Amino acid sequence: MLDIIVDYIPVFIVGGILCLIAQIVIDNTKLVSGQILVIYITLGVILTAIGIYEPIAKFGKAGATVPLTGFGYSLVKGTISAIHKNGFIGIFTGGLTATAGGICAAIVFGFIMALLGRAKTKM
Amino acid sequence: MAKKIGEQTIVFDEKISISQTASVVGPMEGQGLLGNDFDLVVSDDCLGESTFEKGECMMLKTSIDTLMRKGKFTQSDIDIIIGGDLLNQLITTTFTALNYDMMYWGIYSACASFAQALQIGSTAIESGAVNRVIACTSSHFSTAERQYRTPLELGSQSKSTAQRTVTGAGCVSLEKGGSGPYITHMTIGKIVDFDQKDAANMGTAMAPAAAHTILRHFRDTGTSFDDYDMVYTGDLAKIGLDILTDILTMEGYNPCGRLNDCGHMIYDTTKQHAETGGSGAGCSSSVFAGHIYRKLKNKELEKILFVPTGALLSTVSSYQKNSIPSIAHAVVISNKKGKQNA
Amino acid sequence: MDDKTRLREEFDKAVPKATPKPPYVKHGIAAFTIGGGICVFSQILIDIFQGYGLNYTEASTIQTIILIFLTALLTGLGIFDKIGRVAGAGTFVPITGFANSIVSCAMEFKSEGFIFGLGANMFKVAGPVLVYGITSSWIVGIIYYIYLMVS
Repeated sequence: MLDIIVDYIPVFIVGGILCLIAQIVIDNTKLVSGQILVIYITLGVILTAIGIYEPIAKFGKAGATVPLTGFGYSLVKGTISAIHKNGFIGIFTGGLTATAGGICAAIVFGFIMALLGRAKTKM
Repeated sequence: MAKKIGEQTIVFDEKISISQTASVVGPMEGQGLLGNDFDLVVSDDCLGESTFEKGECMMLKTSIDTLMRKGKFTQSDIDIIIGGDLLNQLITTTFTALNYDMMYWGIYSACASFAQALQIGSTAIESGAVNRVIACTSSHFSTAERQYRTPLELGSQSKSTAQRTVTGAGCVSLEKGGSGPYITHMTIGKIVDFDQKDAANMGTAMAPAAAHTILRHFRDTGTSFDDYDMVYTGDLAKIGLDILTDILTMEGYNPCGRLNDCGHMIYDTTKQHAETGGSGAGCSSSVFAGHIYRKLKNKELEKILFVPTGALLSTVSSYQKNSIPSIAHAVVISNKKGKQNA
Repeated sequence: MDDKTRLREEFDKAVPKATPKPPYVKHGIAAFTIGGGICVFSQILIDIFQGYGLNYTEASTIQTIILIFLTALLTGLGIFDKIGRVAGAGTFVPITGFANSIVSCAMEFKSEGFIFGLGANMFKVAGPVLVYGITSSWIVGIIYYIYLMVS
């Protein structure tokens, strides 16, 4: 049992740190969450391109792939593998193909919830 | 004949009474520090309407209808309805005024709109051409969030300097003659901009305008805090109020407990999610029409200076990295109407 | 000295005293634990589906879809924003933040109709994420392709 829990510690730590860094930035600068999301996804792309994110993803698993930096990581991995499979056209198709499931789910479930639910005043 | 004294202050000659008031607020405001000091606290902030915008119209309409009923006014008793709100093109006030057969002036000074409406209404009555006008403003948390900030269900954390837009509408009737309380003076504000760019910290942006107008009023009229029972600002909330108090003290005008702010008074920031306090065009009007007017009528207050403040930004001006220009308009409201009060 | 110049000096002195600091420690702990917790939950899902014989890519895609569905549901029920208020970056950094921004925008702008309201505004907050994510990964793709051609 204990070794199952120990397996999840890297996940918890990597995920927690990525969130903590963003929280510190938000509390200490005038940046808002929308800007931080853009910085994170772009950072994920850059760190993956220069090879730093891969070892973080191996160590942290979902702790590295679930934060938005992981979205950038998926985009780059998808692009690279599509280039190997399909050549030039892979530059255009790889990223979105890899992340298609998440984007489609967000749009469809968003639409359904909008039909069913109603925005309420925060109190 | 009204006269200008000093640089920005005008003293009225006519008796201009605030004859009647009405205030309607949302559930969270009803749970705040001024709880029952409103004519009506609604439990559904849409008042049964299908959108928040329509709900805000219904709230403003309810406050006007309440005022007409309290004052036993018919539509022909009111010459002009003067009002403003925070939404683009003043749709709230326009679509509410649609229900009434009165002359209509829509005005805008962001959260200082109520003071502007009082000033314009007083000027109209001073002119002698009209006898009675309604001055009203409203704001609504959800309509303001949609227009200025983020969707309601977005899981964002507000900054510690933010303020909460009040869901509230306040209206008053101004008439020639009457038994008071009277609007005796007005100090028209000038735009003040101290390079504040943080739209999540409006209190700091607006405090300089409040300081500028209050100091200008004191100097134009030769008065100070000693001459007023209270000075109320509109939307500074805790941070802006602290900054204002500091500046006035440095200028030699120590408030000595006679300075408060409607945004600071309306919410219990220790228990409610209102960050530093309230703001919004309906904040100063609903607090005045309920709490402050009551105190004037039962003589707990004899003479006050009422100074709502407004942050004159838009989302576009913010994104284009402009600073936040602000303004504060003031009126003196007194139970006594002397000759040529200076 | 001009009125406004003097006022400006007094203002600059008064602002730092009046401006509150955010509760750094409380925010930090909440962001770390809730963010970490969401990642652990996601990893558990991946492990479960891999246990059923799915490969990593399939398991991770299903995990993403489930997380987005749960976010959409909590947003629709009006619960997610209450969690977000406490968690801060703990909920907006994981994919939950991206999904919540899309769902909340869709719900919000429904009152302006399905096309110009809901449809047009759905990506108001999430749009920049896609624009810059896709564009930057495309740039990486170009560079990588050139690198492959050259070597």
